[in-house]
Amino acid sequence: MPASISAPERVLLLWCPDWPVEAAIRTQGLKPDALIAIIETGRVFACSASARAEGVIRGLKLREAQARCPTLLVAPHHPDEEARAFEPVLTAIEELMPGVQSLRPGVCAIRARGPASYYGSEEEAALWLLDQLDELGVPGTRIGIADGVFTAEQAARQRFPQRIRVVPAGTAAEYLAPLPVGVLDDSSAGEASVVTLLRRLGVYTLGDFAALDAGDVRDRLGEQGARLHALSGGLDSRPVVARVPPDDLECAIAFEPAVDRIDQVAFGVRALADRFIAGLTAAKLVCTAVRVELDSESDELSSRTWLHPRSFTTAEVVDRVRWQLQGGASEVGLSSGIIAVRLIPASVDSIGNHEEGLFGGGPDERIHHALSRVQGMLGRTAVLTGAIGGGRGPADRATLVPWGDRLVHDREPSPPWPGHLPAPAPSTVFEPPRPVTVFSASGDTLAVDVRGALNGSPASMSSGRSTLRLTAWAGPWTVDEQWWDSARASRTSRFQVVDTTGTAWLLALEHGHWWAEGRYD
Amino acid sequence: MASVPELRERIRQLQTTKLDTRSLPTHPAIARLLPGGALQEGATYSVDRSLTLIMLLLAAPSAAGAWCGVVGVPEFGVEAAAGFGIDLGRLVLVPDPGDQWLATTGAIADALRVIVIRPPKRASDASVARLSARLRKRGATLLVLGNGSHNTWPQSEAMLSITESSWTGIGDGHGHLRSREATVTVTSRTGGRPRSARILLPENYGDTGVGSLQAAHW
Repeated sequence: MPASISAPERVLLLWCPDWPVEAAIRTQGLKPDALIAIIETGRVFACSASARAEGVIRGLKLREAQARCPTLLVAPHHPDEEARAFEPVLTAIEELMPGVQSLRPGVCAIRARGPASYYGSEEEAALWLLDQLDELGVPGTRIGIADGVFTAEQAARQRFPQRIRVVPAGTAAEYLAPLPVGVLDDSSAGEASVVTLLRRLGVYTLGDFAALDAGDVRDRLGEQGARLHALSGGLDSRPVVARVPPDDLECAIAFEPAVDRIDQVAFGVRALADRFIAGLTAAKLVCTAVRVELDSESDELSSRTWLHPRSFTTAEVVDRVRWQLQGGASEVGLSSGIIAVRLIPASVDSIGNHEEGLFGGGPDERIHHALSRVQGMLGRTAVLTGAIGGGRGPADRATLVPWGDRLVHDREPSPPWPGHLPAPAPSTVFEPPRPVTVFSASGDTLAVDVRGALNGSPASMSSGRSTLRLTAWAGPWTVDEQWWDSARASRTSRFQVVDTTGTAWLLALEHGHWWAEGRYD
Repeated sequence: MASVPELRERIRQLQTTKLDTRSLPTHPAIARLLPGGALQEGATYSVDRSLTLIMLLLAAPSAAGAWCGVVGVPEFGVEAAAGFGIDLGRLVLVPDPGDQWLATTGAIADALRVIVIRPPKRASDASVARLSARLRKRGATLLVLGNGSHNTWPQSEAMLSITESSWTGIGDGHGHLRSREATVTVTSRTGGRPRSARILLPENYGDTGVGSLQAAHW
């Protein structure tokens, strides 16, 4: 027999309604009573209770939702952030009862047997849990206790005034019977098609569905249908798999009294960084991004995430702390003393993926050492490596990142960038562009009208000090960028010109001012 | 007639006063103009103004796996460099070293094979000699980007410049810059007549990387 027939175990399921909204309130600092909708691919994914009262429901188009509720605050759906915000809730539950399984952000399950015998009864355990969560400030949490995860979730989700709903053992099928088949349609597209088919067949409640013969259902609807059939009969055999609490990899050091020199902090942090890296190595992990948090005496928190193209070593972590301190201060003195430094691994990877090959990968150690030394002399952002990014202007297309950081493009290179200049690219790129003046043969300053027509042909250009005669020219190529944003909108006409020495120039005309953007020298 | 340049080359080789120096991969058309027939490790070359010429010189070593550094040239066009076939993964830029340009150059000379610098001011002979010694020891090649004649680097092996160039593809208000025919002139330290070659660059831009060439002596 398939495993689905084995008897389901008692499950305590905890549901925080509208968790995506709650997570947005917590991470983005929105007001708890605001009208909030979380949007995924243009449709409402979740909304706050106040927004629901205005008629916003899940699945509604964004525009329709905004029409129903004009003051709606819209936030994008970030599953990662929601999961991260749920972490303190899981930790709080683990303080009371071990073995929590997080099903998705906002929903978690616990095997009910242990807590029930420890606290006296299932209700008692659930009451303790609600107390703990109310203390944490998680509003409106609901708990369902039943046979199997599915039944428990349905019990938690039913709109009863009381926040705890217990379905006695063995009565899952009776409890589920009056519910509509729509509750089966929760996640995947396959389930949605099964539910649609059931409705067409005239099966409207879980009771109707469960009454069908299991063999017939399997023949007609396949493995997925059989699983849904077992669920609607209260035979959810999905076990609760307790999560392994993550190891505490972050390290912190407190300075008493406060330290106000960068080199002192760096010295004090060295042992901490050693411990941090050793802790990661012991867990067979390497750190590819580290968040450094610095608390100062004047209650300022400086937090920054540093990415690494490969993985951090102790010395590199110390360097990052030093650079973060230098960012906010003059040469050695800090604006106020540092009282605590915390190192938090922002992303980790298995050490196996980062072991150096027998013949070395990545850049040579010697090169890294020399460039790090130059960074020590001039500052982190003085040593750069480049890549070609997206964009239209020559300066936009160059992405430069400090040595040792991971390459992150401001503009993605992959979309087509219509209007960017054809090869060859200018070998000299002036950043910022240099002001020039361009004259026509009659000595007038050249300008472009709204239709992109030129009032003459370029004959000479002047940089203020010297004047060059032009022998050839091409353009204008007009680019109207970010017209939707009045603060950043720019309308630029680009020209290529060649002077008498054979040097070519890339010129741009913006708001009546001429600029030399590049030189083909 | 065809053997005259070969004989000259042979004579030059026989006349070499130094111990054998190793050479870097060099753009073939420019290699012929240079003393020794290629860029030499540990040597210094001056390039007059043109970043295109610098990129042309960097392309071959970079393609062969050498790390290159550019110090004090904030307007170095990264996209153009990639077009010449310079591997951006092995290109390091220090756009603004400030007063510490000599120290920076010395520090990165320990690790990188080819270094481009534009001196913000004239360096003292002693510091240049110190840097040159370090370059020779490490086998790094220095390309000095000068701006005009007044700022020549002492002790440079040769002086390269683009003396003439003409563009195709662009007309009077139509077309766009497509390719360029440039005359590269090399004056070597040991004196003698400046040698020139015409280079078509960049042909097959972006495909093969290195601008190919049709060179002719005259």
